[in-house]
Amino acid sequence: MENFTPLSALIGGGLIGLASGLYLILNGRIAGISGIVGTLLTPNGSERWEKLAFVAGLIIGPLLIIALPGFALESVVRASWPVIILGGILVGFGTRLGSGCTSGHGICGLSRMSARSLMATLAFMTAGFVTVFILRHLIGA
Amino acid sequence: MRIFSALLCGVLFGAGLAISGMINPQKVLAFLDIAAIASGGWDPSLAFVMGGGLLAALPFFWLARRRTGAICGGDIALPTRRDIDRDLIVGGLMFGAGWGLVGYCPGPAISALALGQVETVVFVFAMLAGMVLHRITGGLPATCPLTGPQSR
Repeated sequence: MENFTPLSALIGGGLIGLASGLYLILNGRIAGISGIVGTLLTPNGSERWEKLAFVAGLIIGPLLIIALPGFALESVVRASWPVIILGGILVGFGTRLGSGCTSGHGICGLSRMSARSLMATLAFMTAGFVTVFILRHLIGA
Repeated sequence: MRIFSALLCGVLFGAGLAISGMINPQKVLAFLDIAAIASGGWDPSLAFVMGGGLLAALPFFWLARRRTGAICGGDIALPTRRDIDRDLIVGGLMFGAGWGLVGYCPGPAISALALGQVETVVFVFAMLAGMVLHRITGGLPATCPLTGPQSR
């Protein structure tokens, strides 16, 4: 477990939870990223500017962290182009069909102790485990 | 005011994703690779991110149930659906498969745009396409040969 980073995971997770909680208390909305982005893509969506501001913040946040001394961020994609595109389409379609992703169902849904979000979280976690197992240990990609 | 608070929440959320390492697909995939538990290469960090997130969010959700409105105006819209239906499970499975293929879920994919890599941009465009595809097709057919019927 040489790459295990419990402290930064807890601090980063805490910030994510704080952001979700503040969004609920301040704006009265669930901080579900797929929901925010998905409804921005509809022609007559409501509250466009605040959703756009949230999405802009998602990109500004890491830029602020990079500016701090001692933080080097990386985002390494090893998948091939067709797999990147297939993965993106599955994530986009699946999160809209299932009404949420890791933030909406995972963080917010579980914080509300919603059985519906628990089932969704179990579904995407299981599919994630199985997909990585097939890729890394059965076909050895 | 609502726009400013949304921006602040987005910045905190993105900073959290960056600090926790979740904008790196390899860190996410190292968690999803549970077969690596046996070889000692498993990275449980993602579970700590979820745990930290839940602990920090819980008091706010408790508070939200005791308030009549949001601080910056308007209502507090908590989800009302409780049904566990086909679309919830099939959607979750599809999302999880895509997540395991690349290592990005929606939040980290958008935050990783900050690093300006072409792979991230292509993934995000494919994800947006998937969302639009869901909207224009109206999801899966009511009776789908692969997944069975949807109730309601």
